Amino acid sequence: MYVQDEFDQTLVAERVAEFRDQVARRLSGELSEDEFKPLRLMNGVYLQLHAYMLRVGIPYGTLSSAQLRGLARIAREFDRGYGHFTTRQNIQFNWMKLEQLPDALAALAGVGLHAIQTSGNCVRNITTDQWAGAAPDEIDDPRIWAEILRQHTTLHPEFSFLPRKFKIAITAAKHDRAAVRVHDIGLRLHENEAGETGFEILVGGGLGRTPFLAKTIKPFLPARDLLSYIEAILRVYNQHGRRDNIYKARIKILVHELGVERFAREVEAEWRIIRDVLVLDSAIVAEIRSRFHYPDYARLENNPAAWTTGRARNAKFDAWCERAVSSHRIPGYAIVTISLKPEGGTPGDATAEQMETVADLADRESFGEIRVGHDQNLVLPHVAQRNLFAVWQTLEGTGLATPNVGLASDIIACPGLDYCSLANARSIPLAQELSRRFRQLEDAHDLGRFHINISGCINACGHHHVGHVGLLGVEKNGEEYYQVTIGGRADEKAVLGELIGPAVARDKVADIVEQIARAYLDLRQPGELFPDTIARVSAEAVKARVHVAH
Amino acid sequence: MTAPQQQKIRIAGPVVITANRLHDGKVVYRAFDGSWVTELASAAIATNPAQAGTWFEAARTDTQRVVDPYIAPVANGEDGSWIPANLREWIRCDGPSAGPPIQG
Repeated sequence: MYVQDEFDQTLVAERVAEFRDQVARRLSGELSEDEFKPLRLMNGVYLQLHAYMLRVGIPYGTLSSAQLRGLARIAREFDRGYGHFTTRQNIQFNWMKLEQLPDALAALAGVGLHAIQTSGNCVRNITTDQWAGAAPDEIDDPRIWAEILRQHTTLHPEFSFLPRKFKIAITAAKHDRAAVRVHDIGLRLHENEAGETGFEILVGGGLGRTPFLAKTIKPFLPARDLLSYIEAILRVYNQHGRRDNIYKARIKILVHELGVERFAREVEAEWRIIRDVLVLDSAIVAEIRSRFHYPDYARLENNPAAWTTGRARNAKFDAWCERAVSSHRIPGYAIVTISLKPEGGTPGDATAEQMETVADLADRESFGEIRVGHDQNLVLPHVAQRNLFAVWQTLEGTGLATPNVGLASDIIACPGLDYCSLANARSIPLAQELSRRFRQLEDAHDLGRFHINISGCINACGHHHVGHVGLLGVEKNGEEYYQVTIGGRADEKAVLGELIGPAVARDKVADIVEQIARAYLDLRQPGELFPDTIARVSAEAVKARVHVAH
Repeated sequence: MTAPQQQKIRIAGPVVITANRLHDGKVVYRAFDGSWVTELASAAIATNPAQAGTWFEAARTDTQRVVDPYIAPVANGEDGSWIPANLREWIRCDGPSAGPPIQG
């Protein structure tokens, strides 16, 4: 866990006081809505279909148990008893009242959380691997670097009025669990041939209306140059980014229009000016690193009998372990993913009681730490293998032990038209229907990893372009239709999905997705993921097996 | 980003003026007396564009009570009552079509 310093606490407390004053002035009429709207957005407050929505940032997806209890309190005291974890490792509360928002933000500040830079044209929450610090395949904890960037970009005047919002993701593992290629900047920490650690810099990724995968503009950047290089990129973006057209304002459009080589040259030219002025001192890195407190792991036996015997004796526990439990870098420990995707449920939603159960569990079994993944699930990052059965029993008791992590029913979905004022179609009811249908298929046919992503509009908060199957809701003459893409993925082999044809009516979608899954079952080779099958046999071969009845 | 209801205003039938209430964000509809009500059944129905335009302009200046007013279509239900004329307005009127989280 990162331990905040006094500077952070003061900054957040001052912001809460400012916002309290701004809300009071809006309610009294001293501020107009036009004046107030940018102020509320700077504090993560949107106006959605039914009420105000508060988006709370969860820096690099890491929460303490006290913070998760703090979120549960917001859900219970200020909302309707639940919250929605998003694809950006944040949480959203959908039923907030403007008059209560200052109190809610004060309660969040009390546990070191806030909503600063969760909206607006600034650098948003910097996301990373939800297994950071625990994954066996990482070369360093990516959160160190995320925290350095968070501090550097928070309220930075040059980055506060960018042409458009800006999203940075970092991975430090061989397997990219942070989807870095679909971010404005993706950072991949790795070792070069000389054994030195540095960053591959990828720029210009993003989904939405015009999806692009990020392109590498610097294969290896020493850590000392991280801040100056990021600043150079943002300066080029500030200078050349389109401010005249919101649909062309993201950096991906600039990279595309300039061409990646010219964009890289512009960045290099800017970088030369500042690289020796803005050096990331190793002492600063050491200071930030020292503020991350790591668990005091016990020396434990790997694969203890208490775990293996439990699996052998209890098929339900065994099935859950198969999906939810992953290897940890420390022998005798495991990473546990908690599915927020119950059959027929709303992807990413958790009740206040569930949050408190997970917080208590984290205190007992995971050194008080919880993570939020971009897959809208929670993680207990440091669980002793010998205690996994007890963890499972607790989760089972509160509806959090669905054994479907990574499977077709582990659907990523935005709130869609049920909550979001930008949406054209619903995401959640479709996710609910698909999860019911696919829970049966998963068990009966050993479908394996199969990722379904749903977005309720072109803004693509459900990351549909990078789902193995992506569903995008559109409106046609007042009816919900869905475009279907196949073959997308967001990991180190990132691919944008391919459209299979015209949008299909809502009541046909589940049948179409099932046909696609059955085509995969027919065509796949052992161990092959669906996008790999498509790469081998072509999307056309899958499309030929899908019959869209219009 | 532009919300769908802000993209086009076409008045081709009965409409209401709707908005979100300033202090709590709740969905509200404009009543005949210019007050804001939470039930569609109590909303004023405009049956011609001129009437809708007049009410909409009044709503736009009512900035201390509501936020983002707009014109929404309604239809006549089977029992003769006014009902929302599209899915978005149904959801605003009735709440999310998806239920709260499932808890074990």
